[in-house]
Amino acid sequence: MKYSNTIKSTIAGAALALMASAAGAQSNDPIKLTIHDWTGQYVTTHIMGEVLKRAGFNIEYVQADYIAQFAGLETGDLHVAMEMWETTGKDAMDASLKTGKTIDLGETGMGAKEEWWYPLYMKEKCPGLPDWKALNACAEVFSTPETAPKGRYLGGPVTWGGFDDERAEALGLDYEVVHAGTDAALFAELESAYQRKAPVLLWIYAPHWAVAKYEGEWVEFPEYTADCYNDAAWGINKEMKYDCGKPFGWIKKVGWKGGEAKWPGAYKAIRNFKVDNKEMGDMISAIDLDGKKLDDVVDGWMKANESRWQAWIK
Amino acid sequence: MSSTATSFEKPAERSTNWWMIWGIALALVLICYLIKDTIPWAFKYPRSWTIPLRFWISDFMKWLMDGLDFGLFTFRELTRAIAWVIEQPYWVAKSLLASGFLNGRGSAAIEIFPRLPWVAVIGIVMLIGWKAGGRKLALLAGGCFLYLAVFGQWDSAMTTLSSIVISVPFGVMGGLLLGIAAFRSPRFNAALTPILDLMQTVPVFAYLVPILILFGFGPVSAMIATIIYAMPPMVRITILGLQQVPEEITEFGRMVGSSPRQLLWKVQLPAAKQTLMLGVNQVVMLSLNMVIIASMIGAGGLGFDVLNALRRLKIGEGIEAGVAITLLAIALDRLSQALAKKPAPTSEAFQGTHRNNPLKAYPYLSAAIALIIVTWALGAFFPAIQIYPESWEITTGTFWGDMVKWININFFDQLDAFKNFLLLNVMIPFKRFLLGLPWIGVVILIAIAGAQLGGWRLAVLGALLAIFIAIVGLWPKAMITVYLCGLSVVIACMIGIPIGIAAARNERLHGIVQVVIDTLQTLPSFVYLMPVVMLFRVGDFAAMLAVIVYALTPIIRYTDHGIRNVPQHLIEAATATGCTKRQMLWKVQMPLALPEIMLGLNQTIMMALSMLVITALVGTRDLGQEVYIALTKADIGRGLVAGMAIAFIAIIADRLIGAWSKRRKLELGLE
Repeated sequence: MKYSNTIKSTIAGAALALMASAAGAQSNDPIKLTIHDWTGQYVTTHIMGEVLKRAGFNIEYVQADYIAQFAGLETGDLHVAMEMWETTGKDAMDASLKTGKTIDLGETGMGAKEEWWYPLYMKEKCPGLPDWKALNACAEVFSTPETAPKGRYLGGPVTWGGFDDERAEALGLDYEVVHAGTDAALFAELESAYQRKAPVLLWIYAPHWAVAKYEGEWVEFPEYTADCYNDAAWGINKEMKYDCGKPFGWIKKVGWKGGEAKWPGAYKAIRNFKVDNKEMGDMISAIDLDGKKLDDVVDGWMKANESRWQAWIK
Repeated sequence: MSSTATSFEKPAERSTNWWMIWGIALALVLICYLIKDTIPWAFKYPRSWTIPLRFWISDFMKWLMDGLDFGLFTFRELTRAIAWVIEQPYWVAKSLLASGFLNGRGSAAIEIFPRLPWVAVIGIVMLIGWKAGGRKLALLAGGCFLYLAVFGQWDSAMTTLSSIVISVPFGVMGGLLLGIAAFRSPRFNAALTPILDLMQTVPVFAYLVPILILFGFGPVSAMIATIIYAMPPMVRITILGLQQVPEEITEFGRMVGSSPRQLLWKVQLPAAKQTLMLGVNQVVMLSLNMVIIASMIGAGGLGFDVLNALRRLKIGEGIEAGVAITLLAIALDRLSQALAKKPAPTSEAFQGTHRNNPLKAYPYLSAAIALIIVTWALGAFFPAIQIYPESWEITTGTFWGDMVKWININFFDQLDAFKNFLLLNVMIPFKRFLLGLPWIGVVILIAIAGAQLGGWRLAVLGALLAIFIAIVGLWPKAMITVYLCGLSVVIACMIGIPIGIAAARNERLHGIVQVVIDTLQTLPSFVYLMPVVMLFRVGDFAAMLAVIVYALTPIIRYTDHGIRNVPQHLIEAATATGCTKRQMLWKVQMPLALPEIMLGLNQTIMMALSMLVITALVGTRDLGQEVYIALTKADIGRGLVAGMAIAFIAIIADRLIGAWSKRRKLELGLE
């Protein structure tokens, strides 16, 4: 995939670098932003990268694994990761912050929504939805020969946590929780079921292209509160925790600590970076569903939001 | 993994009554079941007996990475220096093939000289093909590279190629030097063998995190992981090749008064050249197998495209990038094989005639240089020569995705019924059976098998390795691993052995089968993993299918090879005594080929085990998952311990089958 016309961007970058030096800027070593393997993260990272370039910084995008990247962020081989999700990356992030070699660069403004989800056509077969109390009556509908008579719920990879096994038990749901190994497997199953209009109940998160591509709804569980996760007495089940839905999670930016001194202006801009779920969802759909090019979409955002990002780099 | 590398003492005396010993052992296991309630520890390894090895390893690695100081420099500075050495040639290769020569880094870099034009790269590949194997090879290699350009894979493919062309020489040189050292010193050889086994069987995911910390983030770490994984066959083949150099040649070298150094470099190594080139070939293939995993830690290139496409369920894009890896592998494989077969030119005679004219002395090199200069110059005026124009690219579009969709809509119910039958009647009962076995009983049975096949040393080795798995608390996960791999291997054999037999008896089929298994071996498994999940849902069945497809190759190849290699005089003798075709197969060819087929089985088991980490991505609950969880939690000790458990299962299987095959060959008089 080509994200940039090398020559054009390098010349532009050089020119800007000159301008920046006039503005009393900092180290001209490239700031390495990590890119992972989902579209939303490309978009946030490339927006940030473009903004930093306009501010005169030298940028390099480096492909890195979402979790394995912490090794690089701690040693300074990598510098900034734009999307660390509370729901999936909190453990690794906390462990890394504890070493004192990385720093929390604040929230991105996006919230990670994740919950049990079903395609809209399932509403006919299970009329009580989206209320979670309807789930048990439909357990048979959602079952497969392996799980029958219990229903089958496809959860995220075990590494994501999420307490779904506990939730099913605490709420007395007649469902077996099956864990997918990766989110690719998760969406492969959804795509397959959706093509056949077959029953499926699974973990979906947003912002993500799936929410735009497939029509469906989230199951409505008792609303999450911190007490629900910490205090067994809370909620419907007086003896167990997790008798509620999942929390909204933050999505944060993380950086190598040494970068603060090296590129203070850039780190300030990264801290200022804020977008919301809606605009992110639209950009992801434009790329993954309408087949637009990433560069064009990012460019469009830059043009439409000039005053916003100008404020970040002030 | 070669089982001949370890030598066992003579197999136990034939007079030992093995029937009785097996009977007693099985009775013991049965008794375990009867008194299950009084000895629960024999079934479920008590948690309090486990050794916290993973924490010790984590602490040790932490000290290694942060604490170890040699005075002048730290351990990490040493590894970073190594990384720097590897990085330099990589940047040259990458500039030449992929990025162009840049001044500066990052977005501020300015291109000072463009990369090799795609026309030139294809031309050079064809010239190499022509020189090594004639016109046919030139067209094949050129065609493979043309695909990369036409299907829009060029940029990624050149990034991948530049890391391959650098990591392969490092792997080959490292393997050669270790092999020579092991050839000269039996003691070093003995120490090296288990390390090589571990390098080949511990999944890369298990040591990815320490590598990233020690060697830095990016292509160099990926290359080091590739080198670790791809080097062992080179070491083994170097040892083997040097051992096979005929004694007369070495003698002759000594007689003319060579020093030991001259003897090695001027006599023995050249004599072993053909065998050594097979090692090079193996390094190339294994390096390409690593492309996907390497891309997870910053190597980029085609592996990244495959992962990225499948995460968005763009099956067609994934297949196109996956096929690009396969074609790259086939081109490099055929070129290196042709170079291996080509006899070294008698250089004096050759250069003697053209000494004064370099154009004639080196026609291919001259043509390549001319091609580069011309295309570079023309490329400045006609960009289409420099960079393949995007508008000329073609794609299969949604064809593959639509095909999977069509199968899904029309055949899902049938496939599902088949899956459920197998799952409910075979897979789940077998899994329950294995999980119900007392670990102590399994250890005893392994020991007896070892004693019978290879003597008491093998018995002790097998038992110790099995006990290790119990001690670190991974027994249940290891049993799920055995269940998943065991079933996959059995099914792979049921499919593969008949295909191998058929291919051995029919030349045309042989040709077709070769192409198919070459493709299966190099096509990244991720490409078919996602369609499999779409058709069979997340679960053990999907994982098993993926393992079977991947592990099928060696059993077909070795069966084919084994039957073809039955000595001709035995076939003739059988024909003379009036064997029918069927008798010939079952009474002559199969028994004689069996040791070879068993080695194929051995390789199949290795492949199945190495696939585990990938199947963890669809959600299995075995040791592969344990390694994967450890990776996502950056838990070094946990990953390495689980990785070792996988390696130990592999080693037990390898040693037992190897010992069996060796004994059988002796009995048949084949060795």
